Amino acid sequence: MKTRIDIRFEQLKVEGRPGLVTFVMAGDPNMEASQEILNGLPKAGADLIEIGMPFSDPMADGPSIQLAGQRALKSGQTLAKTLAMVAEFRKTDNETPIILMGYYNPIYIYGNEKFLEDANAVGVDGLIIVDLPPEADHELCIPAMDKNINFIRLATPTTDAERLPKVLENTSGFLYYVSITGITGAAAPDPDRVGKAVAAIKAKTDIPVAVGFGVRTAQQAADIGKGADAVVVGSALVSVILDNLDSEGNPKPETTKAVHALVEELASGVRCVKHG
Amino acid sequence: MNKPIEPNSFKNGPDEDGHFGIFGGRYVAETLMPLILDLEKHYTAAKKDPNFQAEVDYLNKHYTGRPSPLYFAESLTDELGGAKVYFKRDELNHTGSHKINNCLGQILLAKRMGKTRIIAETGAGQHGVAAATVAAKFGFPCKVYMGKTDVERQSPNVFRMRLLGAEIVPVTAGAGTLKDAMNEALRDWVTNVEDTYYLIGTAAGPHPYPELVRDFQSVIGIECKEQMMEAEGRLPDMLVASVGGGSNAIGLFHPFLDDKDVQIVGVEAGGRGLEGDEHCASLSAGKPGVLHGNRTFLLQDDDGQILEGHSISAGLDYPGIGPEHSYLRDSGRVEYVPIMDTEALEAFQLLCRTEGIIPALEPSHALAEVVKRAPKMDKDQIIVMNLCGRGDKDVFTVGKALGVDMETE
Repeated sequence: MKTRIDIRFEQLKVEGRPGLVTFVMAGDPNMEASQEILNGLPKAGADLIEIGMPFSDPMADGPSIQLAGQRALKSGQTLAKTLAMVAEFRKTDNETPIILMGYYNPIYIYGNEKFLEDANAVGVDGLIIVDLPPEADHELCIPAMDKNINFIRLATPTTDAERLPKVLENTSGFLYYVSITGITGAAAPDPDRVGKAVAAIKAKTDIPVAVGFGVRTAQQAADIGKGADAVVVGSALVSVILDNLDSEGNPKPETTKAVHALVEELASGVRCVKHG
Repeated sequence: MNKPIEPNSFKNGPDEDGHFGIFGGRYVAETLMPLILDLEKHYTAAKKDPNFQAEVDYLNKHYTGRPSPLYFAESLTDELGGAKVYFKRDELNHTGSHKINNCLGQILLAKRMGKTRIIAETGAGQHGVAAATVAAKFGFPCKVYMGKTDVERQSPNVFRMRLLGAEIVPVTAGAGTLKDAMNEALRDWVTNVEDTYYLIGTAAGPHPYPELVRDFQSVIGIECKEQMMEAEGRLPDMLVASVGGGSNAIGLFHPFLDDKDVQIVGVEAGGRGLEGDEHCASLSAGKPGVLHGNRTFLLQDDDGQILEGHSISAGLDYPGIGPEHSYLRDSGRVEYVPIMDTEALEAFQLLCRTEGIIPALEPSHALAEVVKRAPKMDKDQIIVMNLCGRGDKDVFTVGKALGVDMETE
């Protein structure tokens, strides 16, 4: 059965442009503001949405997303609340794909089976679990596929020709190409090098390839989007939230608008690109 | 739940995917997967290479000063009035603890792999000092990640590391202790994959680290077995060691795991008591989860968020534990018990007084358990405790805990 992710990439192919994938941390800076930000993303131009599940020890994340997770946890965010946010979002949007992204432990403690059931019920379409490599596919990836939830795998510059088939084996929905070795939000990627890497991956698979890590501007989104099926932006959006908090760490009246304004700008970037 | 069927051997782990029972494994970001697979390949080859083992043996003997003595603590035995107490004296090693055993093995592996840069995490600073030491000896630049809180409470070790040429990076994320330092070291590794060797200090992390750290530390147990046969003509009745991440303990325990008559006890940091959150007793009060590349017992809340532990000993201040210990707990082969800060402090002072040895606060936890058990045992029974570190680094912490102001004395 096709997921919302499959359908969305088919639509993008018809439009002949790359998609924009936006990342926000659930519960950042609090659940209410986070819900408002989330609900407005499709209208601002997000084609797919990644929602971060906050974790106390985000080993692959840079300072921006670490801080976002800490703000969320401090405001009382839990995995159950994150699922509730997706349910709320689905009341007004049944088309935009939702991908939950995070680390394994909170899911493991929630209970893998219960988590997949609940995620399916609220309308989650895909999962990116940073610390579950293909070697651990039997734990969550294969059970997720059985529930028609895509398990999206990351490929990196260290994923060589020998490793790539293993990474692609059980990946569905799309492949997330991490354009740099490093943590989220680090140095900007070099579009030429990324283009070559994506082409090498696309020679081996038909599934769409999204590229992320280090994308901050409409121009970068357009440059990266030329050779990719979608562009992921995370740290830049999360930083906008940080820049729009009052001295108490609470959102200001303009916080949501500021996030959506950047999404609109980035969306204009990917919408300039015409895939041949 | 039924008790699992006892295996033929407790020494078979890990399996090819790095599991000890359900524990261990390789839960890391894809960027690191090719690196840990490469490390495994090189370690497997090194194990089969007699020259590699010969080099480790040579350095253990001439650089570290191994074998460390197995010492009969006669005065303490008299004081406790029960079982004979022996110490495996790894506190006499170069750098002052068992940490050097692991660092020498791993630096030779790094050299073999053609890596040119060393990173490490440290809590109390003992591993950081040992890592900085081997990096200096072999001419590698070395960056040590250390929680800001630990940098402040372990300043003598920070200075030692700097003297040895290491760069210290204070980590402010989280509570600024060992787990945060480990997160930051992993972030460095993810960023500098080409040239960097991550020299992990304890028998935890993704496979093959728990296995290779255990193997390098097993020299403790192997020597102990020989020395015990020489001294008493038989194996001991009980082994006791402190457990933070668990590298000194697994080093002593592993060679004895299939000697069924040897009772084995691991001692966790009970901090200010297991009722609240101020302890590091992950096996006594935690539950299985996934952190830092392996599944193991962790201190965590109901949402799977990792808690900050507390211990008077910075070296035990870690909310997890090596996966093989989790397996040994669940299989029932090793018993794990908590010891409180106050009990460890008393044992610390007792050893100074009776044997003229100032122990580190980590083995003081093991000693406190010996103090409880020895009097209940027969005089012809034997306990071996791993005295894994010396206490020079801890005198300020102990002074503070005892209300002594060293500035004005």
